[in-house]
Amino acid sequence: MAGNDISSGPGNAGRAQARHEAAEFLLRRHRFRPAEALPWLIAIAAFFVFPDRMTFGSQVLVMILFAISLDLILGYAGIVTLGHAAFFGVGAYTVGLASARLGWTEPISGLFAAAIMAALAGFISGWFLLRYRGLTLLMLTLATAIMILETGNFRSDITGGYDGMPGLVFQPVLGMFEYDLYGRTNYLYALAVLAVVFFFVRRIVYSPFGQALTGIRENVRRMHAIGSPVHRRLVTVYTIAAAIAGVAGALFTQTNAYVTLTVFDFDTSAKVLVMLILGGTGRLYGAFIGAAVYLILEDHLSKLSPTFWQFGIGILLLVTVLFARRGILGVIEDLGRFRSWKGRIRMVPGRIVWSNVQWKGIGMAAFDGALIGLAVGFAANVGRTNLLWSWFVTEPLSVLAWTAAGAALVAAINIGYLVYAERSATGSTPR
Amino acid sequence: MPQVATIAVSILFDGLAYAMFLFITAVGLSVTMGLMNFVNLAHGAFAMAGGYFVVSLTQSYGVDFISSLIIASVLVGLISIRFERRLYRPLYKAGELDQVLLTIGLAFMAIAAFTFFYGPIPKSVPLPQWLQGNVDLGFRAFPRYRAFLIVLGLFLVAVLWYGFERTNIGARIRAAVDNRRMAESVGINVDLLFTVTFAIGSGLAALGGGLAIQLFGLTPYFAVLYLVLFLIVVAVGGLGSLKGTLMAALLLGIVDTAGKYLIAEAGGFFIYVITVIVLLLKPAGFYGRQ
Repeated sequence: MAGNDISSGPGNAGRAQARHEAAEFLLRRHRFRPAEALPWLIAIAAFFVFPDRMTFGSQVLVMILFAISLDLILGYAGIVTLGHAAFFGVGAYTVGLASARLGWTEPISGLFAAAIMAALAGFISGWFLLRYRGLTLLMLTLATAIMILETGNFRSDITGGYDGMPGLVFQPVLGMFEYDLYGRTNYLYALAVLAVVFFFVRRIVYSPFGQALTGIRENVRRMHAIGSPVHRRLVTVYTIAAAIAGVAGALFTQTNAYVTLTVFDFDTSAKVLVMLILGGTGRLYGAFIGAAVYLILEDHLSKLSPTFWQFGIGILLLVTVLFARRGILGVIEDLGRFRSWKGRIRMVPGRIVWSNVQWKGIGMAAFDGALIGLAVGFAANVGRTNLLWSWFVTEPLSVLAWTAAGAALVAAINIGYLVYAERSATGSTPR
Repeated sequence: MPQVATIAVSILFDGLAYAMFLFITAVGLSVTMGLMNFVNLAHGAFAMAGGYFVVSLTQSYGVDFISSLIIASVLVGLISIRFERRLYRPLYKAGELDQVLLTIGLAFMAIAAFTFFYGPIPKSVPLPQWLQGNVDLGFRAFPRYRAFLIVLGLFLVAVLWYGFERTNIGARIRAAVDNRRMAESVGINVDLLFTVTFAIGSGLAALGGGLAIQLFGLTPYFAVLYLVLFLIVVAVGGLGSLKGTLMAALLLGIVDTAGKYLIAEAGGFFIYVITVIVLLLKPAGFYGRQ
């Protein structure tokens, strides 16, 4: 920026002072905090504590990398996309095709090739798509990813289609580190790549460019008004994020030694989105927590039953959106603010002014509770009866009991909440 | 030459039947999205629920196909009111990301719940005698079920058109889609209007779900499998536009069928190409407001 772009305003000294303060502010944000070492220490500790789970560990690292790339465009620039898997897939297939069809098996140069191809895809699609917003952008990103998927499916003679390309071979990393059966080399390799990319992303986020992105997220019109080249900035960050997603995809292929067209699926885009939201958007480390928690839960629960796990993701999403919009990291931040628990939270019951109570609201809540009770009762009884819906006919008393229980429970919670809410509404402490 | 004509007629017929399914299922989504700008990815879940209710009614209770279609639509419509009031309403003012996440969560829960109750195996439905076999139209025989679908679709188009363009409630909906604040300030209760349209839209989706069983088979993944298509129909047609939704359903239904007849390996490639082209040229769809 030119030094004389402010013609009127504070004097030279004041301006220099302001500029100095701004620079200080940015530097302060950029400075490393001790807590930032934590995820890396955990990652290294995991290497020694779970030596036999390193294949799973590599998957977590790959998904963290993928989620970071999404955080860059979603959390910082505010671009909502449903097709981020496209770039992950382009990276994965660049490496896969290079190995299987061209015999290019050197892993590190493969990462760069994947980054370049994905960046190219990101630049081209971003140039066209980032003019749009809202539903149109959602649909365009989604359609783009599916188009690439269908193209790959059409030329399944090259890509292997949904059967994929199993048994890919890669050279040892840096020509030195052989792959072992337990995936330990893979884990350290993925961790090293993640560290390099992460510190690159961290620099971007705390740079003036990163500030401009946040500005675009918060208020596009204002950024236009102060002359920020919004479209160019968005395309730039979209391209960078695509390249990182491509690297994540390439790592995915290299650590798994196989790749199928499912990497382009809507499921992949949705999964990474859920991980990021779960961890918390726009705060760098959300990707770490989100991906780790999601994959560990998935690993345990889907062994129990894939159906329960799917229900679990649904509930996680619902709870996150309705109650913890800033993710796990946001919840942790909030908890950190409660320095003294005793001083902050006093669950002292108040006295309900019954004439003020909105019975209609409680009635509706009880009705919803009845529906939930009915559904739970149905689920609990579905195994015992041979015909799916016969529970309703054969045991009307049981149906009634479940319904009433659900209604009573939810109504009781509602009235119980009122006891406390009433106090804070009146602002007075009861005797 | 006759061969070409035969294929063309087949494409047109099957495409029309497919388009009618798309229209019936997606029209509710279009109107609710136009009214509240709410991105509802759980719409497919309501359709799936309707389909499974039809399966249960016909197979467990012996209700005939047509009646169970009607019962399932009404049931799903009523249930959807509670979802709208309790879960959707808090997020009308939120960004589309929150809406996407909430409704995708709902869709996942629906898939899991219906897998738990019905299992992952595709379900079928017993059709009445008069919907089986072929109907001979003189020059060619067509499957009766698809012919029924086309007739029903056209009937619903007529009913919805009348309701939308010629009744008081239709006028209110159009006013609210055009300018919500203005509609509210002249005394239209947009909240109530939205609940009503949401229920009707979900009911129609359930009807579409019930009708689709015979066409595609019904699995819990129906909730997301065809969701992308519904969204595309809505986006290409333009939010809140009946005419646009019909046009988009026809275009995409026929193009998709033609693509599958002529170049089977390409799968659904063509509809996505069309979607991207249309949206790049007209970001708000055929009849959407810019």
